[in-house]
Parts: sequence; structure tokens; C-alpha cells
Amino acid sequence: MKHTIAVIVENKSGVLTRIAGLFSRRSFNIDSLSVGATDNPDYSRMTITVHGDRDVLEQVIKQLSKLINVIRVSELGASESVERELAIIKVSADKDSRSEIMQIVNIFRAKIIDVSHRSMIIEVTGDEEKVDAIVQLLRQFGIKEMARTGKVSMVRGARVVKA
Amino acid sequence: MSKMTGAQAVLECLKREGVDVVFGLPGGVLLPLYDAIYQSDIRHILVRHEQGAAHMADGYARATGKVGVCIATSGPGATNLVTGIANAYMDSVPMVAITGQVNTWLIGKDAFQEADITGITLPITKHNYLLRSATDITRVFREAFYIASTGRPGPVLIDLPRDVTVDEVEFSWPEVELSGYHPSVKPHEMQIKKAARALMDSSRPVIYVGGGVRYAGAHRELFELATKINAPVTTTLMGIGCFPEDHPLSLGMLGMHGTKYANYAIQESDLIVAIGARFDDRVTGKISSFAPRAKIVHIDVDPAEVGKNVRVDIPVVGDAKNALHGLLKEVSPKARSEWNEKTETWKKDYPLRYIPDMNVIKPQFVIEKLCEIAPDAIITTEVGQNQMWAAQFFVHKDPSKFISSGGLGTMGYGFPAAIGAKMGRPECDVIDVAGDGSFLMNSQELATAVVNDIPVKVAVLNNGCLGMVRQWQELFFEKRYSATILGRTSPDFVKLAEAYGAVGLRATKPSEVEPVIRAALATDRPVVMDFIVSPAEKVSPMVPAGATLSEILELEWCDVAQSCHLEKIYAEGRKEVLGQEEF
Repeated sequence: MKHTIAVIVENKSGVLTRIAGLFSRRSFNIDSLSVGATDNPDYSRMTITVHGDRDVLEQVIKQLSKLINVIRVSELGASESVERELAIIKVSADKDSRSEIMQIVNIFRAKIIDVSHRSMIIEVTGDEEKVDAIVQLLRQFGIKEMARTGKVSMVRGARVVKA
Repeated sequence: MSKMTGAQAVLECLKREGVDVVFGLPGGVLLPLYDAIYQSDIRHILVRHEQGAAHMADGYARATGKVGVCIATSGPGATNLVTGIANAYMDSVPMVAITGQVNTWLIGKDAFQEADITGITLPITKHNYLLRSATDITRVFREAFYIASTGRPGPVLIDLPRDVTVDEVEFSWPEVELSGYHPSVKPHEMQIKKAARALMDSSRPVIYVGGGVRYAGAHRELFELATKINAPVTTTLMGIGCFPEDHPLSLGMLGMHGTKYANYAIQESDLIVAIGARFDDRVTGKISSFAPRAKIVHIDVDPAEVGKNVRVDIPVVGDAKNALHGLLKEVSPKARSEWNEKTETWKKDYPLRYIPDMNVIKPQFVIEKLCEIAPDAIITTEVGQNQMWAAQFFVHKDPSKFISSGGLGTMGYGFPAAIGAKMGRPECDVIDVAGDGSFLMNSQELATAVVNDIPVKVAVLNNGCLGMVRQWQELFFEKRYSATILGRTSPDFVKLAEAYGAVGLRATKPSEVEPVIRAALATDRPVVMDFIVSPAEKVSPMVPAGATLSEILELEWCDVAQSCHLEKIYAEGRKEVLGQEEF
């Protein structure tokens, strides 16, 4: 089972190491991790996807909460949250394939952010499945390079996860 | 306030935190700090190896309940502390370790004696700091002492670059503000009520006590609760002494080398109330068949311990003292029951025992004599057979008077820990129960004990081998004694003690044991007692690794043949070495 958790941490050097170290030491499996600033520059927000049963998730949350630099840990249930990933993908594209690629880009409401004679860079955002799907479709043209962020996620409605 | 150097600010912080003694060894980057120590009235105990400093701080902390402080220089000094810090972390000991670091502008450049000690100690500290500015010193030291000593205690490391100790700073004393640290010491009332209800409903309860009761200073409340409801009490190695072992309700220690009756009681119980204990594998045996009929109440100050190793029916997150206070209010007195009869019958039927011998000193006999002659002494231990016999055959009554490396199992811990304990409580006799293997791992601290006039006593149970591992080889590896035979002459512990200026005494016959102990306690100097004990003696009973607690074995007693066999091996090993020299 996959679980998504939001972790609010102090924006200090070494905090990422503490979290990554905790995961490896306790044999927790991270599927994805993304870090970025919050509206308050003193704190960063991490979105971590882990897999395991409820007991593992409970341990992950409790062990993270023990770290002094961790301010708050909150599980984000899949059904009650919105989640997004971003990927930029460089595909082979010549004059024969270019229009077909553009059709796929349109269907996925993705963007073309760079074009050259032999390639294009496509930017896509969406949940994991959507990004997976466009990657799958673009494979036939030849993916030359891809960079993908981890997932970021937020609970719908009024509830907030803040320091 | 006045301006001072970073180093002076560090000393001022230590003073304000109530530190009266620190254990350490200087080095290049620590020159400014040691200059400030020279001018301060805090006592500094110079060790001979930094591992000793960490264990002394640890022993001091366990004996006094205060935060122990150790100091080491950058690079190798800092890495030498690592075992001691890991030891304190596993046993939740409040400690502040101060390490020197190269100048801030050299960090990351592989400078002379540079080591990334905050990186290295990340998984073995409760928290750690690399100071980058002298203005952070007071805040960081206050936080470090607060974190080390509150909630579930643990070691905190502060890495102190040289320039930070030289820079001038305006001294201030800010309040601790940590938005990410709120130890949950107050248990939920509802959970206490549920736990009390379970205790009232139970007909076969066992209270299972760990180090958490000791750190919370809750042994009196534990005694009140157990005697009020007539519930038997078993302790872990860390919980030893939290309940007086001469009391009818005491089941002694449980687990791998626990008593048969404690293990039987756990397996038969219908309710286990775990207080400040963490269901370690040495305690539970095979986890899937641990206490199969019991409901489990787990009281712990660390929420992450609850549900980590076993399923828990009633979790109670909070400090043992608060929880016990709460329980005492909720439960009403219970009369003695069939369950008490049953556990007491087990105690009668399956006592801890050994076969005394007229000619050979049995190690258990030495422990019994220590207990008889010095019942109020602080006992520290090394790790292995000596540790288990000290746990089993000394009658413990005071949690602060049994000091042993539980979680990490660090050989070489007991002797420096004894020095630390004696510094904290000079009025007590302090005896390190050691083996001939483990004592040598930190015997260089004899110099520390002699030079600083710290009269600790070491009782070496000299069996010529790494006994616990040898025991396992005898039982599970068809007596192939791979690398566990030390022999009878390595080294002469009496001469070793004398070489350091300590007193060395030896007993080779049972009749000499008592006079040696009395002589050791009568002198006010450090003493090493060398007890030549029967080599084949095994720690019994024993739950084999991975077995269920009820499968506890009484190991064979009559080991004369095995002893002769081992003595022969010792003699032959000696001959072989000498023979090769001649060749």
C-alpha cells in the first residue's frame, strides 16, 4: 500500500540527511520525496510517498515526529487530497512525427517548451498516473531524456498542514 | 552581560546546567576550550581513551540521574566516542558529548583531524549540532541539556569548531524554544482508566518493567501498585532494581537468561503491563508466540515504542511516574490469588542455581559473596557471562545501583562506567563485575582511576575465554572454539593492576574469595581482583535464540570434564605458541 505524508521541517542544513538517514536505518521504503519552501521561509515542506502496511506507516510517522527538526507530520489520504507531479521530457521529433506528438500534448493538456529540428521538450503536470500515461505514449517516438519531480500533495477543503 | 570567548561561554553554560565534572581528553582544536577548563572550577577527569570518557559520562548519568558530559577532540577523538554514544543512545542515557572540530572555513576540506562527526552520529544521537557561530553557543547548550534529559532521555552531541571557541560573544541565557520537540509525559486519562480496568479484570497479571521506570524515578510508585493489587513484577536488564528482588512478588529478570518463573509467568499471563520497556528480542524470544494469552498494556514516554515490536491492546503514552500515579488512583486493592500461589510455586520449583564446588571457584559464588559482603554497592558490569551472573545472583534492590550496557552490549563498558558512577556517588562502593575478555577492552582507564584517586573495584571472573560466545559454540557449534580461547596467562591481572599503581589481588580457591573481597573493600585505592573461575561454567537457564520463552532450558551443571578439557586447551595453546617461538 502506498501512503503520502506531508512533513513540515525546519529549514536548516542537514535536515534532509536526517530524514533520509532515518528511512534507510529503519528500512522504510521511500517511493518519492520532494522538498520545497513554504509560505514561511523558516520551514520547508516535504512530500514523501512510502509503501508498507498500516503498522509501517504508523512507525514512519512516529519516528519522523521524534526528529527535533520535524515540526509536523500528517498523512494525506489519497481520496481527500489533490496531488501533482511535473515532468519535462525530451523526445525525438522530426517533421514527420511532430504533429502527432503535438496531438498527444494537446490531449494531455501538456506544453511544448522547446523545439529544435530533431527534438522537442514537453512539460506535463498531473497526478502520477497521468504522467506515466503520457510517458508511455511518447516512448514510441524515442525519449532522449526525462526529468521528473516527486509528488506534491495537499488536502482538499479547509484543513491545512502548517507549522 | 560581559563579553567572553566562545570557550568561556561553553564553561559558563556547563556551570549553569549544574555540571560539576566532565570526562575528556584534549587535542589541537580543543586548546582554547581546555584553556577555559584550566581556569574554571568544573572538575575535569583526564581519560586515557575517549571511549572511556563516554562510558564514564554514561555511568555518572545512570548513577546520579544527571546529564553526563564527555569531551573529545576532532577527528579520531570524536570517532573514539562513537561506541560510547551509541551505547548511551540504546539505553536512553542523558548525555552531552562535546567534540572539537576544525575551523569553520576548513570544514569539508579534509583538514587535519577532520571527521564529519555530526554525520557519523546522526543515527546514534537523540539530536546533534554543528555550531557555526559563537552567538549560538548558549542557545545550543541549553537545548542540548534540555533534549538530553527530558522525555525519553538520550545523548546529544555538540560539534564545536575551533574558531567558534575563540570568537568573542556577549553572554545571554535564552529560554528553550523548540517548536519540534514536545515530549508527551502526561498520559491520556481515558487510557489510564482502560489500563486500570484491565488490571482489575485480570486474574493472571504480570508487570513487566524496563529502564523507563528507573529514568522516571518511579520505583516507589511501582512498588505501591504491585503490592496494592498483588501483581507479580518482572524486570528487564535495564529495569533491574526497580522492584526489590527479595520481595515475594518479584520474578527477577525475564528473557533469554531470565528466570524460568518469570518466563513461565509471561507465557501463562492474561495481562502484561509493560512500563518503560520496549519488547526487545532478548526479552520476547520468538515474538509470534510471546505471551499468547495476554492482553498487552504498554506504557512508554516514547510513542514510537508503542506498537513497534508487538501488537498493543491498550497504549498509554506518558512518563512512567505519571502513569503509575494515575493507575494507583484508579485501582482498588486486590487480595492474593491462585496466580500468586502459582508463581511462588514456580519460584520454589525452578530457582536460579549452580553446583557449588569445594575446589574450584564458581563465578556465581563470587557474585553471591559480593552481594553478601557489599549488598549496597553500585554494581557495574561488562558484557557477556559476567553481566548475566551479576544480574542473576546479586539481589538488586535499587535501580540506580545496577549499571550495565543493555541495548548495545558493549564489552569494555563496565570499568569506565564504574569510574563515572564513583565520581557521581563517592559515598558508595562501586564494583565492576568483569570478564578477562571485556576488562582488557578499557583497562587503560586504570591510569585514570589511580591518577585521580577514584577507588573503584574490579572483580574479574577470569575463565580464560570469551565465555558467552564459547558457551554458544559449545551448545550450537559442536564445541568448535573458534577464536574464543584466551588462555590462563593473558595477562597477569595482578601485575597489570600493580603496573598502573593500583592494587592487584588474586583468588584461586573458593576459600580465598571472601578475604579478597574484604581486602579490596577495605583499601581506599583502586583494586583489581582476579578470580580464577571454572572455565566451562555456563549461564543458565537459557532461551535459545528464536525459541519461545517457555522453551527455556536448564543447562547441564556437571561440567568438570568440560572444564578439564578447556584447561587442557589453554595449556596446549600456550605450548603451541612457545613451540613456534622456539621454531
